[in-house]
This record gives sequence, C-alpha cells and structure tokens, in this order.
Amino acid sequence: MSPTRGLTIAVPRGALFPPTLDLLDGLGLDTSELRSNDRKLLFADVGLITMRPSDVPTYVEAGAADLGITGKDVLMEQSERAIYELADLGFGRCEMVVASVAGPDPAAEALRRLGVMRIATKYPKIATRHFEATGRQSEIVEVKGSVELAPLTGLVDAIVDLTATGVTLEQNGLIVRERITVCTARLIANPVSHKLRSAEIDYVLERLRAR
Amino acid sequence: MIHPIPSGTRDVLPDEMRELRAIGERVRTVFDAAGYGEVYTPALEYESTLVPSAPPPAYRLFDDQGEVLVLRSDMTVPIARIVGTRYLDADPPLRFCYLAHAYRGVRPQRGQSREFLQAGVELIGPPGAVGTAEALTVLCAALDAAGLAEYRIGIGDASIYPALLDGFGVPSEARAPLLQELVTRDFVGLQREVDALGISQEAASALLRIPQIRGGREILDGEVGAAGKALEGLRDLYDHLSPDVAGRLIFDLGLLRSLGYYTGALFEVYDPMLGVPIGGGGRYDDLLAHYGRSLPAVGFALNIERLHIALMGEERGGQR
Repeated sequence: MSPTRGLTIAVPRGALFPPTLDLLDGLGLDTSELRSNDRKLLFADVGLITMRPSDVPTYVEAGAADLGITGKDVLMEQSERAIYELADLGFGRCEMVVASVAGPDPAAEALRRLGVMRIATKYPKIATRHFEATGRQSEIVEVKGSVELAPLTGLVDAIVDLTATGVTLEQNGLIVRERITVCTARLIANPVSHKLRSAEIDYVLERLRAR
Repeated sequence: MIHPIPSGTRDVLPDEMRELRAIGERVRTVFDAAGYGEVYTPALEYESTLVPSAPPPAYRLFDDQGEVLVLRSDMTVPIARIVGTRYLDADPPLRFCYLAHAYRGVRPQRGQSREFLQAGVELIGPPGAVGTAEALTVLCAALDAAGLAEYRIGIGDASIYPALLDGFGVPSEARAPLLQELVTRDFVGLQREVDALGISQEAASALLRIPQIRGGREILDGEVGAAGKALEGLRDLYDHLSPDVAGRLIFDLGLLRSLGYYTGALFEVYDPMLGVPIGGGGRYDDLLAHYGRSLPAVGFALNIERLHIALMGEERGGQR
C-alpha cells in the first residue's frame, strides 16, 4: 500500500509533466503507466489523474482531487479559487513578461498618443492587474492560441505571456519590455482534504522538503 | 422567451424542496430540544447597523426615505442587534436559533449560492470552554439528526497566530500581509512574508510550522511558545466534551475564518463527500458590546444546501 494511500493527485500534462512524474516517483508512486500511455487520463490504482495545467485548480477546488500540481501562472490567473497553496516545487521556472516588436516600443507610443495600449494575452486577469497596478490604461484582447502572432499582424501593441527560454519571442522578433513575475510549479490542496487527509498530505510535504 | 433570475440564485422545485425541508426540520428539532428559541429577523437591515467585521453585504438598496439598506450577510449580526435592543435587561444565558436565508457575493457554483439557507444557533453568556462545548455538542447532535455519518469538525483558535506574532515582537503594521496569506492558506506566500520580517531563524520557522499543525488531541501538548494559552483553552474545551463529540474533532492550529469577529475558539464542519466546509462558527466575545451588551458569545451556522449535497453523497456511498 502506498503511503499516499487513497489520495487523488491532479497531474499537469505539458511542460510540467516530466518533472512532476519524477517528483511522484520520489514519493514512491508508480508512474510507469503514465509514462507509457499518453492517451489514458485516469490512473485510479495509483490515485493519479492527468489534465491540462489550467484545469488542475478546478478539480482540486471541487475536491475531485485532494492535491494538485500546477504553475503559479495558472494560480494567479484563477486567484478566486478556494485552494491552499502548500509548497513551491521549484521546477517549471518561467517568467511572465510584457513583450512587443523590436525597435521603438509600439505599446509606449500607443499609450502616449492614443491613451490606451492594446494587449493580447492568455492571462487577462494577470495582465489587467499588472497595468492597473502600474497606472496604465490597457485594452486586453484574450487569445487562445499563439500569442506571438498578435503584435506581428497589428492586432495589438504588445503581449503579456509566459516565457521559459525567450526563444519563441526572439524567433518572432519580439523583445521583453517588462518582467511581471517569476512562476514555478506549486503543490496545491483542497481545503477539506487538507484537514481530513492531514497525515497523508503532511507525508507528501515532508518527502518534498527532504528532496 | 427567456426570463432569467439573478446570478447565484436558483429556484427550488418540489423534489428538492421536500428534502431540504426534512433536513431543516430535523436540525431545528435538535435546536429546540436544546433550549434554543427560534427567531426570525428582517432580510433587510440598515447598512449602519452592521459592524465593520461583519461579512460584507453583497446587495445594497435604498428605501423610500433614501436610507441605505442591505440584505443580511449572516444571522449572527441581526441576533446581536436583537440582544442589544430587545433583551437589554434579560439575564444570560440567552439561546437563539434560526433557519433563514443570508446573502453574500460569492462566485456561484454548486453549494455556493448568493442566497443561501442557514441553520444555526447563538449562545450568549457562557464564556470560554463551557459555552463552546455546548455549541459543539448541539452542532454534532444536529448533524447526527440530519443523518450525516462521516463528518469531522476542524477546530482552532483565532488568538493563536496573533499571540505568536506578539511573542516574536512582530509590529502591528507588518501583520496584515501575514494574516492575509494565512487566511487564504497560501503557505508559499506566508513563507515569503515571514522571510521579509527579518526575525530570527527560530521565530520564522515557528511562524511557518505552527499554523500547519493539524491532528488529534496529542498536538495540543506540543511546544508553541506564546500561543500556549490558546492551546490551554483548547485542552480545557476538550475536557468538557463527551467522547462522541471529542472524537469528531481535528485540531488545526492554523484555522482562521474570513469573518473578522471571531475572538477565540473557532471551527468548521467537513465531510469527505464535499470539497468545501458545510458550516462553521466560533466565539465572538467582543461583538455584542457593539450593540450595547458586553457579553461573551458563541455560535455556528450550517449551510443546508451543502449539508444536502453531502448527505446525498454519503447515501450514494461513492465518489463526491
């Protein structure tokens, strides 16, 4: 019987997936099936479910998962969720930045001459908060796909996006104008599970600290 | 033709209503047998009646005189008002119960309505462990009567963290960000704020470690420095409880509730079938003074809709 007996953990697919699996190995969970089967979503016998990172807070808040792993960017964007943030896992380090096309900053010019900057992002709340906090008027354009496209086509003056290496920005002729915050992977918990499953959750935290 | 209803409200049709009524009736019967008289107060109160520590009202309106009215955000404040106006000379203890709607600006989802039905009690007069033990006993009797089997009660004390901050000499202006991180249980944020205080390593690790301690009676014997008095209060409370009630408790040294008026012991009700608390309460020894009667008090409220969801989950015996 695993020491995390009966806990359900929401696991993010995507960039955070490989380091998360390594972390789960360290907790003594068997992740071999997750590594070999990338179509299956629910691994009930080891208490793991896989999903998009942005869905992790949804499952954890409702208690469909007791614990979850997701990026701080997701948590900041979904700041209204009633979940507990237990630990900074350190991996998956990215920066949330404001970027625009190289040369004179079109966003600065738009703000000066038109009073408002148009900003494309997948993170409308983080972007709104950032520009409000820095006293600039902005019009947020929410896009679902490649954000880098938006400033190249004249849709917007700048973007707010997450970048790990800066390579994608660079390849699209964009440069970082401002760094909003650093985001890493976090361990989150359902508030009720945090009480009812405290022994198992504290075991996980202890193993994480001992890494 | 679409005729919408306001966000966060909903209609209840006969099948559900029958079940909600039955739960409410079972709970109210317990309150009544324990000597708690039912009261009803207006859904509308003057905004000026509210204390700043009350849950913020979600709906404000004007009456024909231009006075600002609010839809009540809980029943504790209206009952405190009643005690301060209609029971000015009555000798404590006073016992009241209610089954009534309250209104808050929550994000609507299952178990989270902006208009929600609460069943609760307020016990005015008995201080400390005696009063809290009675409230917990009534709470467990009500949950038992409703038919909930697997519930647990998380209990802490609102004075634990302030006492720790006092003990380590953290200035009052530096406390708000710490308490904010703790209320939302952002332990990564709490670590950041504690590190920023520039206090000793030992003090910093206590401020991070102690609010994460949860468990049975044994944790109350741990070393918690300046919070020792609060733990003594919880040990005293434990000794006042019957084994049935005591067996339901999970002590949680980091428990804080978002309502500002709690002063001492405070608690929340959990069930494995629901990811959010079913209800909660605690001691509010300073609130009644605001309404002209300086009496210690304790109370709790159960959210009937959430209780219903948990009951159905347990009945189905399966996944929440």
